[in-house]
Amino acid sequence: MKIPLSWLKDYIDIDLSLEDLARTLTMVGLEVEEISVIGLPFTGSSDHQEFKFTGLAWDPEKFIVAQIDEVMPHPDADRLTLCRLHDGTREWIVLTGAPNLFPYKGTGTLATPLKVAYAREGAILYDGHKPGYELTKLKRTKIRGVESFSMVCSEKELGISEEHEGVIILDPDAPTGIPLADYMGDAVFEVAILPNMIRDASLVGVARELSAVTGKPLKVPTRTTDASGPKIDALAAIQINDPDLNPRFVLGLVQSLEPKPSPYWVQRRLRLAGMRPINSIVDATNYVMLETGEPLHAFDYDVLVQRAGGTTPTIITRAATHGETLITLDNVERKLDQHTILVCDTAGPLSLAGIMGGLESEVTETTRNVLLEGASWNFINVRRTSSRLHLSSEAGYRFGRGVHPALASWAVDLGLERMAAWSGGSIAAGLVDNYPQPPVDPLVSISVQDVERKLGVTISAQEIAEILTRLEFLCNVSGDSVEAQTPPLRLDIGEGVIGKADLIEEIARIYSYNNIPETNLADELPPQRNNLELANEEKIKDILAGLGLQEVITYRLTSVERETRAYLQGQFLDPENYVRLLNPIAPERSVMRQSLLASVLEVLERNARIRERLAFFEIGPVFIQELDNHLPNEPRKLVIGISGKRAIPTWNQKDSGNLDFYDLKGVLGSLLEKLHLQAVSYQPSQHPSMHPGKTAQILVGQTLIGVLGELHPRVKQNYDFLAPAVYVAEIDLEALLPLIPLRFESQPVSVFPPVLEDIAIIVDEDIPADQVEALIRQTGGKLLADVRLFDVYRGDRIGAGKKSLAYSMTYQAQDHTIESGESTALRNKIVRRLERELGAVLRDN
Amino acid sequence: MSEQPIILIELEQTKQKALSLLAEIQDEEPLQAWRREYLGKTSVVMSAFSSIGQQPKEFRPQVGQVANQVKQALEASLEERAKIVSETALTRKITGERVDVTLPGRQPNAGGLHPQTLVLRRIFTIFAEMGFQVYRSRDVESDEYNFELLNIPAHHPARDMWDTFHIDQPGVVLRTHTSPGQIRVMREQAPHPIRVILPGMCYRYEQISARSEIQFNQVEVLAVGKNITFGDMKGTLNGFVRRLFNADVRTRLRPSYFPFTEPSAEMDVECFVCAGKGCSVCKGSGWLEILGCGIVHPTVLKNGGYDPEVYSGFAAGMGPERISMLLHKIEDIRYFWGNDARFLEQF
Repeated sequence: MKIPLSWLKDYIDIDLSLEDLARTLTMVGLEVEEISVIGLPFTGSSDHQEFKFTGLAWDPEKFIVAQIDEVMPHPDADRLTLCRLHDGTREWIVLTGAPNLFPYKGTGTLATPLKVAYAREGAILYDGHKPGYELTKLKRTKIRGVESFSMVCSEKELGISEEHEGVIILDPDAPTGIPLADYMGDAVFEVAILPNMIRDASLVGVARELSAVTGKPLKVPTRTTDASGPKIDALAAIQINDPDLNPRFVLGLVQSLEPKPSPYWVQRRLRLAGMRPINSIVDATNYVMLETGEPLHAFDYDVLVQRAGGTTPTIITRAATHGETLITLDNVERKLDQHTILVCDTAGPLSLAGIMGGLESEVTETTRNVLLEGASWNFINVRRTSSRLHLSSEAGYRFGRGVHPALASWAVDLGLERMAAWSGGSIAAGLVDNYPQPPVDPLVSISVQDVERKLGVTISAQEIAEILTRLEFLCNVSGDSVEAQTPPLRLDIGEGVIGKADLIEEIARIYSYNNIPETNLADELPPQRNNLELANEEKIKDILAGLGLQEVITYRLTSVERETRAYLQGQFLDPENYVRLLNPIAPERSVMRQSLLASVLEVLERNARIRERLAFFEIGPVFIQELDNHLPNEPRKLVIGISGKRAIPTWNQKDSGNLDFYDLKGVLGSLLEKLHLQAVSYQPSQHPSMHPGKTAQILVGQTLIGVLGELHPRVKQNYDFLAPAVYVAEIDLEALLPLIPLRFESQPVSVFPPVLEDIAIIVDEDIPADQVEALIRQTGGKLLADVRLFDVYRGDRIGAGKKSLAYSMTYQAQDHTIESGESTALRNKIVRRLERELGAVLRDN
Repeated sequence: MSEQPIILIELEQTKQKALSLLAEIQDEEPLQAWRREYLGKTSVVMSAFSSIGQQPKEFRPQVGQVANQVKQALEASLEERAKIVSETALTRKITGERVDVTLPGRQPNAGGLHPQTLVLRRIFTIFAEMGFQVYRSRDVESDEYNFELLNIPAHHPARDMWDTFHIDQPGVVLRTHTSPGQIRVMREQAPHPIRVILPGMCYRYEQISARSEIQFNQVEVLAVGKNITFGDMKGTLNGFVRRLFNADVRTRLRPSYFPFTEPSAEMDVECFVCAGKGCSVCKGSGWLEILGCGIVHPTVLKNGGYDPEVYSGFAAGMGPERISMLLHKIEDIRYFWGNDARFLEQF
């Protein structure tokens, strides 16, 4: 909401600088987002800014209120005039082309001098001849032989409006010679209104908050003009069908008026507040809405009489029936439902209650009698209707957040007065006021201790009462306790314990958050717990990053099509199991993912042309909707994807080949080892995304924790990958994490020298390598400190269907030096066992 | 008496000659040649030993003695010379050796963590030291937990604060904030005191742009107990912010509105990009919005199983992506889930 400073001053005295005022408003909950100055100087220190300033400040030395005493013709140019101008110090001849000075041209010394805004040489102002707002500096120049160095300003040149047709003519009582900023400088505060402070979407509301903080009295405007017309009772009637929808409806009447342009000061205020002046009737309703926060609506009374067949019109408020329509004043036919509240008469709907008027009964240039509505509406219905119709309006904005019904009569009275003042006409006596359902304005009891318990600061009962009183609560102090009666202007105060919290917020705001001391938590510490799942996930991330993989975090929103790409044709995930959005922003983000694998493949694809070596992992949930379950399962997964070069070739290290199955297996092996998992094994397996001959399942003991393998070449074709094969692993963290031991034991380090020996054995091709190694380890027992496979050979020298496995063995004992006899015996024992159980042959070359 | 054997003269001459030659030797190879020549099997000295038997008897001890002296003298000098030669050789070697230090190094394949993992860890660590532990909860939530139990009834104006993704099942949404975790943790822990932080991915129906995302992390802070005040909230959050940014960053707390806290506040920190002078990052205001907070609303406490007349608490919520963007001058929020290696590798 835009708050013009000059207008705000109608309701409260303000002696704060712009910056102090903005800070005060912000600290009371009215955050100032921007201060737009019109002439007033920027304040605050230059090295620390607290608010965004825009606009043009008028240098008090350069912009002066001056008077034109005579407008003389220019000797050589018909469209220019020469003004004899006095700036309070001396007389100048100033050149202008302003059309609104022509009527005075050549009329000699003016009986009443024209007061104008005068800019001296060197003044910085907006260039009136250029589009937009471009700053320029007034320089000495010659126009048609006449020297010019200063000027009489238009609104645009001063940054007041876009008006550049003529110069501003000030009121005759403007004091010549004073700085222009002192006379008419202004500033507009752009204030953000919180949802629970809709009462402050009004100048009086903002002034009330300021009054509460500064202690300066609030000047509430009230109607002072007496009615001069007939009594309204016989001229209009109200029928409320459902008080829950419409707790109050107030009507007033102005007769024999005539719409015209509002006075300049009214138009200026509306413009500064961000509204377009229309005519003196509409402007009065908008003006009072901005002033009070109560939206008003003006009906053309004669249209209503005509619709009532010449009789007294009766306003009826009711819920719309489903499918009912109304053409709103923006000339759009609106289809309504049963949540819409309608203002009708006996002939049918007139307007969308609380949102927008109807076209037919709108005031026009020919309107002569106005029936003025001030009402109160169920905010939920208003909100539902404006959001369903995508129809936002100033009225809907306020009513949709709740306006207290008590404001209606006050605002209608002010509206009638202003309308009559600006449009002529006479006000009918009295109001038609139907108020079937006044809201409860809670009485809340709050103590010094209540406030202390929540805020941590002791505020006396007197001070509490004073703060609340300034906010118009009626307070009664008794000991440490204050009874506060909520004023009939706000709907945000509850009862009982909630009411207390509401009042504590009011007290904290006005007392100022800044004045509440900062303390450290001194309350009892809760029972301390580990979050093992999180700790282990973070550990896994660290290990994988240490192994050269980059973590990614992807969208959890995807589409069925995107995930189907990650699977062989016909093997996609169960479409029934997707968590589907009702209102996706785009088809490609319409379900929650079931496959983390698909997410990581997308990352690989995206980076395929960016990096030659791709190595990524992600940890996160997938979402599986189970039909019998209200909320989906969200199991957590780890997916690793690698592809491309093993190492990036450098100037002295050429191609080291492409990443393959065993690179990925090695990463997983290191990971599981660092997690201290025992009995890890790999078995050939199948997976709907993977190569049937290059896939393994990973077991820890008997528990399946995941799979790894080469992405199936047919699945790979679904992506924009380069030639190298892609390897992926999918780990079920729900299975893995519980297996990670809380503690593990270390092994002592032997002080005795090791004996190193290599052996190569030939076995049948189909004997798995891990079976050979397991047998070696088992037979070697404690003395076999380490076994490492360092070569696998297939070829003519050992015959078809065979493979040679070469192991590097380390024999070492904890308690003695192994002599050659002992190691030979152990070696022979191992070889014999391999021969016996696997049909292995020791390779001797 | 026999004449003095010629070998004694030869030994003396050889010694003189050998020592003078040795003094000239600079390199290892001539040194070895010298050793073969003067200390080898066929050298004069070694031959002298083997010739002792053929010398006149009375001279035999003398020949042996002299030969020994010469041998020792030569060996001592050789050792000394060898040291000089190897020192010289090493010096020469070092002088000749040089790498081009400007050639690129061989970098191991370094992996890395996602920037948001890193920033979340920073947040976790700071709060852990204040006794706050991490509590995670689900992404797909019921309307009841996401809104109703948090004092946001259907059609309440506060619902405008969240543009919600709805699931095709009635009453199910993608959580718009991690606040539903507040209710879950309270219902688990009541009536024990609580100090937790609730991190997690949240979702809002927005058009994706440089400034807004449909998916974003949030971290909530929740403390509940019998003796927790607005002052404690200020102290805790200021402590956090000072540790996250720097020790003397200025902060301000201004009134705000959230349905689940009352009083509510927004915490701003002085813009550290421009030191409060006003810049594009703080949009000229000199302040950066960093988190929202407030005293837990009595309705929420009650819904969590705590008597609002006895217990109180505070809650706060912050956006780790915003924090990263500020800390690392990231100007497009889409980078986070875009996962371009060129972005990720910078962290």
